[in-house]
Amino acid sequence: MRKLLTLISLLVALSLVLTACGGGGTPVTEPPAITEPPAVTEEPAATDAATEAPATTEEPAATEPATGEQVTITIESWRNDDLAIWQDTIIPAFEAQYPNINVEFNPTAPAEYNGVLNTKLQGGTAGDLITCRPFDASLELFQQGHLASLNDLPGMENFSDVAKSAWITDDGSDVFCVPMASVIHGFFYNKDKFDEYGLEEPTTKEEFMTVLQTLQENGETPLVMGTAEQWEAATMGFQNIGPNYWQGEEGRQALLAGTAKFTDEPYVKTWQDLAEWSQYLPEGYEAVKYPDAQSLFTLGQGVIYPTGSWEIGLFESQADFEMGIFPPYVENEGDTCYISDHTDIAIGMNAATPHPEEAQTFLSWVASEEFATLYANALPGFFPLSNAEVTLDNPLANEFLSWRQQCESTIRNSYQILSRGEPNLENELWRVSAGVMNGSITPEQAGEEIQAGLDQWYQP
Amino acid sequence: MQASKRRFHIPMHVLVFLAPAVLLYTLFMVIPLINSLRLSFFELGPQNQQSFVGLENYVRLFSDSNFATFFWRALRNNFIFFAVHMLVQNPIGLLLAGLLAEGGRLRNFFRTIIFMPTVLSVVIIGFIWQLILNPLWGVAEGMLDAVGLGAWFGPWLGKPETALVTVSLISVWQFVGIPMILFYAALIGIPEELEEAARVDGATAWDTFWRIKFPIILPTVGIVGVLTFVGNFNAFDLIYTMKGANAGPDFSTDIMGTFFYRTFFGQQLQLGNPTMGATVAAMMFLIILTGVLLYMLLWARRVQTYDL
Repeated sequence: MRKLLTLISLLVALSLVLTACGGGGTPVTEPPAITEPPAVTEEPAATDAATEAPATTEEPAATEPATGEQVTITIESWRNDDLAIWQDTIIPAFEAQYPNINVEFNPTAPAEYNGVLNTKLQGGTAGDLITCRPFDASLELFQQGHLASLNDLPGMENFSDVAKSAWITDDGSDVFCVPMASVIHGFFYNKDKFDEYGLEEPTTKEEFMTVLQTLQENGETPLVMGTAEQWEAATMGFQNIGPNYWQGEEGRQALLAGTAKFTDEPYVKTWQDLAEWSQYLPEGYEAVKYPDAQSLFTLGQGVIYPTGSWEIGLFESQADFEMGIFPPYVENEGDTCYISDHTDIAIGMNAATPHPEEAQTFLSWVASEEFATLYANALPGFFPLSNAEVTLDNPLANEFLSWRQQCESTIRNSYQILSRGEPNLENELWRVSAGVMNGSITPEQAGEEIQAGLDQWYQP
Repeated sequence: MQASKRRFHIPMHVLVFLAPAVLLYTLFMVIPLINSLRLSFFELGPQNQQSFVGLENYVRLFSDSNFATFFWRALRNNFIFFAVHMLVQNPIGLLLAGLLAEGGRLRNFFRTIIFMPTVLSVVIIGFIWQLILNPLWGVAEGMLDAVGLGAWFGPWLGKPETALVTVSLISVWQFVGIPMILFYAALIGIPEELEEAARVDGATAWDTFWRIKFPIILPTVGIVGVLTFVGNFNAFDLIYTMKGANAGPDFSTDIMGTFFYRTFFGQQLQLGNPTMGATVAAMMFLIILTGVLLYMLLWARRVQTYDL
């Protein structure tokens, strides 16, 4: 009896091995359940079955739509925060003009988007419209033939070369996404607390550190940020204040040309600043995650929050104190200021879509002034990239936008070209920036490690 | 002649009963597994066409510093993860099983309570423990404070030195019910007479356990060990839930599962690499297979089983 039991348990163990390895080894057929988008996304036609047979999205015949025929097109996106805005504001405005096109917005969690999208595209199950990450992630999709060229799309003329720079081939011959928005980095602060201690918005590093010191002496948590997710340190720290040290575009282009290195002074100085920030962060910041930090700030338990314009919507809805913003500080009084005005989001067309005409209709509409106004006002903090004159209602958003006049704009330096190789520069920046803030490596080491990684594959 | 005659003797109904399982397993397990192994010998071109490269992917995995560093670190971390389970989870499981098998009025209650976390979703476990250990609003610090150990508290999940052990212990907390139930089932199967005889011979409870009960349940100890090994080298979900695919800080919680996920699916600006991912998956398969074979050849064959 015992022998039999042993045998059975062994079989169970063995089958577990098989099952487990099957799961690990065959991700194309079954990605981990956690990456699956919400169930709604899996059945695009189910909700409006009344209007059409569920097979519309698959039917090749739909490429030649008869007038009045309903077509459903689906948008892949990582902006799950914006689901309500798309469903309540943007899509209804479009559908009112084009009643025969139904649009479905299908977001995935941001951290999983790239992986899920790649898998869907390879498996042929991706939506008709693809929200484009800037630069290489999308360029790669275009080169693999997953994104269609949009050179002839009506409305593309509304965008400047800078706006298109993130979604164009290196030689400039093909544009493959319609630019939607950029985000601007900066610092949010609690105005009530600033007033309480008689503080002014700091403009130089010295002033910034004095403000932090004053706040700490008064028993406040001066700076709100955590390093648990690693990207905060790189995106909201390094890319936020860095442009003032490496002089924006000049420094970024120098990195691309190979005339500047991450071991140079501007980069090491940026990391030194991050290291100095650490003493002003909440206790245990090494394990503080992004949503923790957001809550800490909106609850009024921390005073200054380094981040970017995309927080406006959430912060305004949650914080019950008056908020202010100030741009990244400069090193010395009177220095030219630089801001990271990062081309962040665009939308392109799945080359394999069964509805290219409808998808292009939608994209043309995205390129219009109407969309720019709708989008920028529905999502304060996401600034339209089109040349259209857009009026913003939100005062904080307007203030962010006004920095474009005072300061020089640049984009995050790891996005164009430099994250093409292995080790991946962006991942590495996350790692070392968090390491510097955690005190596990020095700013100099950070520079050396990044440059050594880049030297492995990048020859300008 | 004789052989072919014998083949006809396989009863039809056996084949019929086996067919569904064999078909389903082949379709959903065996073919994908083999296909995944096959993929590890190929490379994808710019248009996604596959070209055979032999063992090149494996050479890359072991020699290219972009992969080798990660691979060895993930493997080492995985062994630490496994060691924590073997040293903490299984002894505690055995201890609890020993206590439960002694009887007592609340036995069923405790058995259920201890087993409960096992059936909870990993996402919930990860979320709850992150809240408990959260340095801003977690209860852990206050609880340690209450017993005068507040100074011991730290952002354990955020420090490279402690993150892996912390995550391992959370996993131990979740899964300790499984070895407990297996040991418990084995222990209550031991006939009362053996224990009585031992008592008559003057053995203490301690002696009885280690000299009589433990040798009898040795086969279960082996099975628990191999189950832990398989489970740990396939682990992924808890770390992905708590630390993300980058398994921070500084890859200190990166194990084979998260390394595989990053390689195959990509991460943020890093694009996925299906063939290298398949290579990592094949290595995971090999490691687990080796472990199971070692167990079968070195342990299962030698350990004495008792028919009671």
